[in-house]
Amino acid sequence: MAQNEIKSSEITPESVYLNRRNFIRAALLGGTTVATGLAYRFFNEPPPKEIVTTEIQNITKSTDFPLEDKLNSFEDITTYNNYYEFSTSKTGVARAAQDFVTRPWTVEVGGLVQKPEVFDIEDLLKFEQEERIYRFRCVEGWSMVIPWVGFPLKKILDAVQPLGSAKYVAFRTFYDGGSSKNPEVKLPSGRNGMQSSFSAGIDLPYVEGLRLDEANHPLTILATGLYGKQMPNQNGAPIRLIVPWKYGFKSIKSIVKITLTNDEPPTTWNIAARSEYGFYSNVNPTVAHPRWSQATERRIGELGSRETLMFNGYADEVAKLYDGMDLKKYF
Amino acid sequence: MTDIKFNKILLFTNALVPLALLLFDAWRGNLGANPIEFFLRTTGVLTLIFLVVGLAITPLRKIFGWNNLIKFRRMIGLYAFFYAFLHLVTYSIFDKSFDLSAIASDVWQRPFIAVGMLAFFLLIPLAITSTNGMIKRLGGKNWSRLHKLSYLIAILGAIHFWMIVKSDLKYPFLFAVVLAVLLGYRIYDTYKKPKKNQEKAQKNTKESEVLS
Repeated sequence: MAQNEIKSSEITPESVYLNRRNFIRAALLGGTTVATGLAYRFFNEPPPKEIVTTEIQNITKSTDFPLEDKLNSFEDITTYNNYYEFSTSKTGVARAAQDFVTRPWTVEVGGLVQKPEVFDIEDLLKFEQEERIYRFRCVEGWSMVIPWVGFPLKKILDAVQPLGSAKYVAFRTFYDGGSSKNPEVKLPSGRNGMQSSFSAGIDLPYVEGLRLDEANHPLTILATGLYGKQMPNQNGAPIRLIVPWKYGFKSIKSIVKITLTNDEPPTTWNIAARSEYGFYSNVNPTVAHPRWSQATERRIGELGSRETLMFNGYADEVAKLYDGMDLKKYF
Repeated sequence: MTDIKFNKILLFTNALVPLALLLFDAWRGNLGANPIEFFLRTTGVLTLIFLVVGLAITPLRKIFGWNNLIKFRRMIGLYAFFYAFLHLVTYSIFDKSFDLSAIASDVWQRPFIAVGMLAFFLLIPLAITSTNGMIKRLGGKNWSRLHKLSYLIAILGAIHFWMIVKSDLKYPFLFAVVLAVLLGYRIYDTYKKPKKNQEKAQKNTKESEVLS
């Protein structure tokens, strides 16, 4: 017997060898399956279940603009959001905005006005709050029906008394510069700030604008909440604009500054893609977005699609604002 | 059972995991406010992933000599087709209630739908000719030529993805870059060493006949 020959007693019996092999294989199969599952979960994190905000007291039920459509659920409204400062994933905004601190908060109103003023959010919440149930139509082709709480923007404009030269109203959203260094409003330490303009794909801070007559229209409100509760972070806490006959991106969130101007103010999506998003951006089923039709929309909570209405169904109220204007040109 | 066979089982199972989780979440009502959009996006991204992985096989074999990878390419390609099929079915049935005229007008009005639809129809002949019998019947050379359509399909897929996104182009950009690298490698490979490449092409043809 040669010295280095393996004794038969040292050879792993075939059954043991096969067992080990099967064990390794089972472990591989299980392990990779779990890893794939975790990778999937990493990219598809579900939104947080509990969204708690304070009740708003003494809400007047407005009867000015009745709407029969079925309301979207609080859960739908608070887990499907476009708020690029936090996340470009609609289902990811709620979680990303969870710890956004919105107190203290002020809204500076100035520009071409007699009496510029800095409003504290607590004072704005003392304005008479009414419930307004509006359709909300996103430029992406989905829509919801939302019971906002708020007050007409006109109230705040009247308070500062616009000068005769004021023709437009410009709005700006809070932005921490992507670094969470802003002393007043921020995300708690240990977290990064909001997204950079690069990550969001749009210039930040977010800016929007309206013509003065649009801003003074009774449908246009500053919303401080929804479903009778103070505005959830992901929906634009603590105060946002709602212009129901325009695509959703016009309804700027988390407002810190309102400026009356003489010239048409720059608006974020128009800067991002001039040919796709105009200054007016009125809901209009006959004017297609360059990459998709606006003729139909999916109401969240419904299968299939429904026809999009001219001015989002508010034509009787607002069509006269655009008399004689070519809406294909001023889209 | 050989390692190849086991690895195929491994691939087969893992490729079904996203679908299982998707269906599980759908059953629990956990797909969010717009479940159709979620289902569409997920199946769409999975299609692109399988397309890109399938296109990575040849470069990986040539660069690292991992020739065995070819044994998994058919399954990867068929998974791309499978997820693309689910993507289209979800769109046609849930989004459009299988209304053919609505689909037709959508294709007309929304260019990105037309691009995606074209990519899917180009995938069909590739799926049909994926069997050993079809490879034999076509002959390796013709089969190879036909399956070069996968380049075009992947490009159309990347364009389709790019066109839907509003501003955040990170993911479409990532796909486009990976795809550009994979296709760029092929161009480089063809022109850099035309002689060697011919030999390889012949070798490839033979290999494609013995795909298993």
